[in-house]
Amino acid sequence: MHIPDGYLGPITWIALWLVMIPIWIFAARKLKKDLKTKNVPLLAMGAAFSFVIMMFNFPVLGGTTGHAVGGTLIAIVLGPWAALVAVSVALVIQALFFGDGGITAIATNCFNMGVVLPFVGYYIYRLVSAKADVSSSRHWIGAGIGGYVGINVAAVLAGFELGVQTILYPPVDGKFQYFMYPLSVSVPAMAFGHLLIFGFVEAIVTLLVVRYLQQTDPSLLRASDKAIQIEKAKKVSA
Amino acid sequence: MSEKINKKFWIVLLVLAILTPLGLLASGTAFGEWNSKQLQQTLGYVPDGVKKGEALWQAIFSGYNMPGFGNDFMHSGIGYILSAVIGIALIYTAALILGKIIAKREEER
Repeated sequence: MHIPDGYLGPITWIALWLVMIPIWIFAARKLKKDLKTKNVPLLAMGAAFSFVIMMFNFPVLGGTTGHAVGGTLIAIVLGPWAALVAVSVALVIQALFFGDGGITAIATNCFNMGVVLPFVGYYIYRLVSAKADVSSSRHWIGAGIGGYVGINVAAVLAGFELGVQTILYPPVDGKFQYFMYPLSVSVPAMAFGHLLIFGFVEAIVTLLVVRYLQQTDPSLLRASDKAIQIEKAKKVSA
Repeated sequence: MSEKINKKFWIVLLVLAILTPLGLLASGTAFGEWNSKQLQQTLGYVPDGVKKGEALWQAIFSGYNMPGFGNDFMHSGIGYILSAVIGIALIYTAALILGKIIAKREEER
């Protein structure tokens, strides 16, 4: 899902920088309130974990590969805004040092994997686990479903961003300037691998770690809940 | 966070880093991440944007390999493990610094 340089035309990648810059600023402000100093190493661990699991490529029929991201898992432990920052750090380092994902496409990739993926995954997790006791199986089931849906929505969005290039930049003399397959190809192609394989990898990683945390250190699962409860209490008193 | 989980996390991460060459067994390229050579083969041309895009930035550990390493499984595998370790160190440090800058301001208020 790491879109390289040159696959998106300037209209798309500039638009996504304009979307992402305020989101990053807002995330920093949000974390100023919610992120405790003692949880900073946890944020860094989340970023490092996401990086490593993205290196595990899985094959899918048709000769392509893909991987999990771990964004929903970070969001469950630290909240979606922290997940956004953690995944963004991993994506920036991947682009700069490893050539995985383009420089111009950093904002696009951060939007797909750092915003859409963890936020969708996290809110599905909250929906499924709502009001359930911290030991309830609804937590790990919700985590698995959240992980699966989150990465799939992000993949379809990436497929859309790629495919729409053929409309924004139609071919000249039969040659495309940027991405070359229409939406009818790019969206199903991105969905296929993620629905079939990578989504399940993401789901399994997410639910296994959440289950492990439930059994060993449930306070980590409630870390983000508490911040939300405090926020709600503040709103009520204000 | 307990010490036990902290220690376990780093052990798991180290094991994962050592296992990363397994990712090389998956042959093929992710959809929409082909290089110009692959595009030349499938399309018969390389889109102008992709040509310019490829020339934009040369990452030192491009393709999660070490500079000067070959593409045989042995070198790619070692390159992958080294990339994982370097990446973990870079990302952990960057996120730690960024997180501390953000969290520090809160304490100053």
